[in-house]
Amino acid sequence: MVPAKPVAAAPRQERGNGAAGPGPAFARVEHAVNFLSFLLSRLWKALVVVLGVVIINFFLIRMAPGDPATVLAGEAGAGDAAFVGQLRQQFGLDQPVLTQLGIYLKGVATLDLGYSYRNHLPVLDLILDRLPATIVLMSGAFVFSLVLGVFLGVVSARTRYENKRRWIDSAVMSGALLLYATPLFWLSLMAIILFSVVLGWLPAFGMETIGAGYTGMARMQDVALHMILPTISLGCFFMAVYVRLTRASMLEVMGMDFVKTARAKGVPAGRVIRVHVLRNALLPVITFAGIQLGQMAGGAVLTETVFSWPGIGRLMFDALLQRDYQLLLGIFFVTSALVVFFNLVTDIVYRFIDPRISVGGKGATA
Amino acid sequence: MKAFAQRYCRNYGAVIGLVVLLLVVAVALLAPVLYEESPWLMVGDPLVRPFAEAAFPFGTDMLGRDITAGMLYGARVSLLVGVISTGVALVFGILIGSVAGYCGGRIDDALMRFTEFFQTIPQLAMAVVIVAIFNPTIYSIVAAISVVSWPPVARLVRGEFLTLKQREFVQAAVVIGQKPLRIILTQILPNAMSPIIVSASFMVATAILTESALSFLGLGDRNMMSWGFMIGAARTMIREAWWMSVWPGVAILLTVLSINLIGEGLNDAMNPQLRRRGE
Amino acid sequence: MQAPDKLPLLSVRDLTIALPAGGDRAHAVKDVSYDLHAGEILCIVGESGSGKSMSANAIMGLLPPYLKPRGGQILFQGKDLLAQGEQTLLSMRGKEMAMVFQEPLSALNPVMTVGDQIAEVMRVHDACPGEARTRRVLELLAFVGLPDPATLIHSYPFRLSGGQRQRVVIAMALALEPALLIADEPTTALDVTTQAQILALIKRIQAEKGMGVMFVTHDFGVVAEIADRVAVMEKGVLVEVGTVQQVLNHPQHPYTRRLIGAVPHGRAKARDQQAAEIVLDVRGLRKTYASGGGLFSKKRVVNAVDGVSFSVRRGQTLGIVGESGSGKSTIGKCLLKLTEIDGGELLFDGQDIARLSERQFRPLRSDVQMIFQDPFASLNPRHTVGRIITDGPVANGVPLARAQARGRELLQLVGLEASAFDRYPNQFSGGQRQRIGIARALALEPKLLVADESVSALDVSVQAQVLQLLSDLQKRLDIGLIFITHDLRVAAQICHHVIVMHKGKVVESGPPGQIFDAPLHDYTQRLIAAIPGKEWDPTLIRAAA
Repeated sequence: MVPAKPVAAAPRQERGNGAAGPGPAFARVEHAVNFLSFLLSRLWKALVVVLGVVIINFFLIRMAPGDPATVLAGEAGAGDAAFVGQLRQQFGLDQPVLTQLGIYLKGVATLDLGYSYRNHLPVLDLILDRLPATIVLMSGAFVFSLVLGVFLGVVSARTRYENKRRWIDSAVMSGALLLYATPLFWLSLMAIILFSVVLGWLPAFGMETIGAGYTGMARMQDVALHMILPTISLGCFFMAVYVRLTRASMLEVMGMDFVKTARAKGVPAGRVIRVHVLRNALLPVITFAGIQLGQMAGGAVLTETVFSWPGIGRLMFDALLQRDYQLLLGIFFVTSALVVFFNLVTDIVYRFIDPRISVGGKGATA
Repeated sequence: MKAFAQRYCRNYGAVIGLVVLLLVVAVALLAPVLYEESPWLMVGDPLVRPFAEAAFPFGTDMLGRDITAGMLYGARVSLLVGVISTGVALVFGILIGSVAGYCGGRIDDALMRFTEFFQTIPQLAMAVVIVAIFNPTIYSIVAAISVVSWPPVARLVRGEFLTLKQREFVQAAVVIGQKPLRIILTQILPNAMSPIIVSASFMVATAILTESALSFLGLGDRNMMSWGFMIGAARTMIREAWWMSVWPGVAILLTVLSINLIGEGLNDAMNPQLRRRGE
Repeated sequence: MQAPDKLPLLSVRDLTIALPAGGDRAHAVKDVSYDLHAGEILCIVGESGSGKSMSANAIMGLLPPYLKPRGGQILFQGKDLLAQGEQTLLSMRGKEMAMVFQEPLSALNPVMTVGDQIAEVMRVHDACPGEARTRRVLELLAFVGLPDPATLIHSYPFRLSGGQRQRVVIAMALALEPALLIADEPTTALDVTTQAQILALIKRIQAEKGMGVMFVTHDFGVVAEIADRVAVMEKGVLVEVGTVQQVLNHPQHPYTRRLIGAVPHGRAKARDQQAAEIVLDVRGLRKTYASGGGLFSKKRVVNAVDGVSFSVRRGQTLGIVGESGSGKSTIGKCLLKLTEIDGGELLFDGQDIARLSERQFRPLRSDVQMIFQDPFASLNPRHTVGRIITDGPVANGVPLARAQARGRELLQLVGLEASAFDRYPNQFSGGQRQRIGIARALALEPKLLVADESVSALDVSVQAQVLQLLSDLQKRLDIGLIFITHDLRVAAQICHHVIVMHKGKVVESGPPGQIFDAPLHDYTQRLIAAIPGKEWDPTLIRAAA
């Protein structure tokens, strides 16, 4: 079929204000002000989400079957009548709902997330103790999945575009398809079986070799060795996501008019991909990566459980086993806050990369 | 319809996916026929290796339960939870998305804030919390998965409605005097269905993965043998009987893979013009 | 005039490009041959699907991978381009031959500055190293008529309008002073005043640099304005080629004669101005759009329609003419109440419909109907033609059987077969779909029809047919018609009365003859001056025949 584009309709609204912009000094002030108002509105949004999570926690406790006080006490604490009575008083469980909500909110605002009877520690302390390990794991997995995913996606799209060595494209896409369908926890188990049990190359559990007493460089090496399997297992699924997304984004940008303009100028294929396609194709990938963090947090729970990694994900699993609901909800709250924070960071990074927004064009107050 | 089937069949992966899924469905339906007793029963010696005894093709677990029976019954749970939770999420998501997309303005803003909130919260963590608090039953699992899966549908539907609302044939429907509800049902929704259907198939796959994750963590329904639970139980025996965790995982992998292939096949078949990019 | 024995700069000989199987013809272009000499402008004219852009893309080596040239030669400066390797072609693109495309809004990389994109041409061909490069970029920006090059060089494309972006693309094309410039419908997506500026620019460039220019277009007015020689294409075959005098005034091939006969000539026949009853009386219509307005920035208020008044009588056509941003389409939407009205009165048969709510207005909707612009988007792809036409009457209470019978009659009235009733829109061409849209509007027996750029997306020959159909229907059914368009020539041809819009206000109003011969307002004068090829009279060929 001949690509019969209908004769172009009436000239469209021409965008842009036709001038190169107002004077530089004024533009900078306006730009700073735009950024500030963006920051404020995003912080406000983040705060609302966190607040929402707290309110959900509050209502979940009360909707659970049974007496809220026993629920809050958890399986271990329910036996101790004194503890239950103290909880009843502390949370004002005999008072009207709104007062209870107020007490709960005040508690969270002062970072009092409750007390874990089983562990004999305040929830916040437990979480803070384990938080660094999770952040290390998630950062590692995030970087691994993003870097490798984007790289493979670019390679894949490029072979398809240039029509050379298209088997690479098929291989990468098949691999991504397979990884995308694999349950995360199962992949971790298989990795342990292969690399730890059968081959014995890498350690299976924990963050460090217990009782070895390494310090300094040796300790870092030990941790790094322990980090390999969990990071890669967690990252594989998301790598598959980024491969597919990057490839699709690249192929879409490759079909755009400005790529044709570049080719008409005599720009060689390599430079077209590097300078023209990549810079535009990566923008949606970055946005998406921020959104994926929420899923990665869930994946971290599974990975940490399998590898006995001492992070808050594993803590959540333990809380489940012990029916320790205060701890559980505390972890849920912290995880949500973490995800919201990283989303905000991604949004800010995106603003700086996309010149349409960073130079203060339209969308500056989005 | 026939043209659609032809386009679909051009994609080998999609055809394979369909065949595998039909196999899984068949297995799920035949499970109570082939194995009349509950998979929870201890029927043999513990830790029998797979392919060692004819009665237990996939071996037995550490309590002597038949792994093969578990695999077959597990298919029922996965498919059931996958389909029902997706259905609930679809209904809710389509409702919210279409109202937001069609009405626009303040209603759209409010509904989108609501949707964004649920989308920002880490999904698995939320599902875990809901199932834990309400005690693990098939109902709480389905509810939890639905609660975390509906936001993307709502966004998709809203996006489709916003685009379609601007299309001239929808404006024409307004001009000829059709009532809003009729416009939504006869003009907009039928044209929005293809991305929704494709999205729905991927949602079923994700729901199955989430259900297996929940069961793995010990939050499965105690009355229903699930593949995730089997893997979770096998976790403690990783050194002695590593093969116990392999088969249920392969089952999940094949099921989810086949559904993904079907989803891609549907996508290609419904949007043939997208394949010829660059024209 | 060139010496006739001088070797042509570009010589296309028997070029044939095959289409993949399953298309509506075997070849995109077949046995196409033409020459282009240095220092002349060759226009390739054709309708959509004629393959006019194909040879242009083949010359540059930019055809999509599924379209391969099967035969023929493209001799450029003596070398056959089809026989060259990719490396040679790469070194020639941008340096010996350059191309300008149709869509300026998407032709530039959004994340690269304008200066960098122009400098890139020089960079990839290793020309003008160092300081000289920046100077050359500034030089080029000034040459194409862009303001303030020093600031522009650091700007991103989103700051520029469509016309300005097209100038940047032209600057990129000229950077290394190529011998051949190919322009593929460069002004089709621009307003007529902007188009006039770009055409003048191309003429100036060509005169000063002595390049050979190949200009692909569908608009004969543009051809009359700038061409030295013309090649006419139909369905992949070159049907006529010659100097502009020959082809435009003494066309030989019947297709060319048909095309030229369909060109709107803007010479209005004297029309009877009977005082029929007024169907619609618009007084002081206002519509504003407000955008932006965050914590620290002001709200931007745009008066899309700013106090517009006019009236339409039964059996007569009112033309509303304007460029993009003039508010003409917004008026159409306001008349159909597809958008809220911020002020003014719409007196329809004496009743002010502006004040009515949607629910109150719905029963009155059948009296005012619309014919939309895009034939490919105005019909629901999942409904049969019959359903599309009967939906309106059914929604207004007409029993289905009667609506269906009437629907079949209407299809014949608009020139389609009755069997179209059970088919789907994707089986029809653009012109046929517009007829279906007209039938849909007429099914409700309206008193007033609003045609919003209804022929703008159609090929010129089809356009003429649809205009004729509208004219006939109006006479037969005695309905009032409001014709919204950007093309003054089209409006002049079929309207009894024309109003010219600029930035939301009516700047001129009167019968078309008067507006063309004696425009009063400055903007109208500019608009008329910008019409390409207005010295040429397409009706002459009928006299000459």
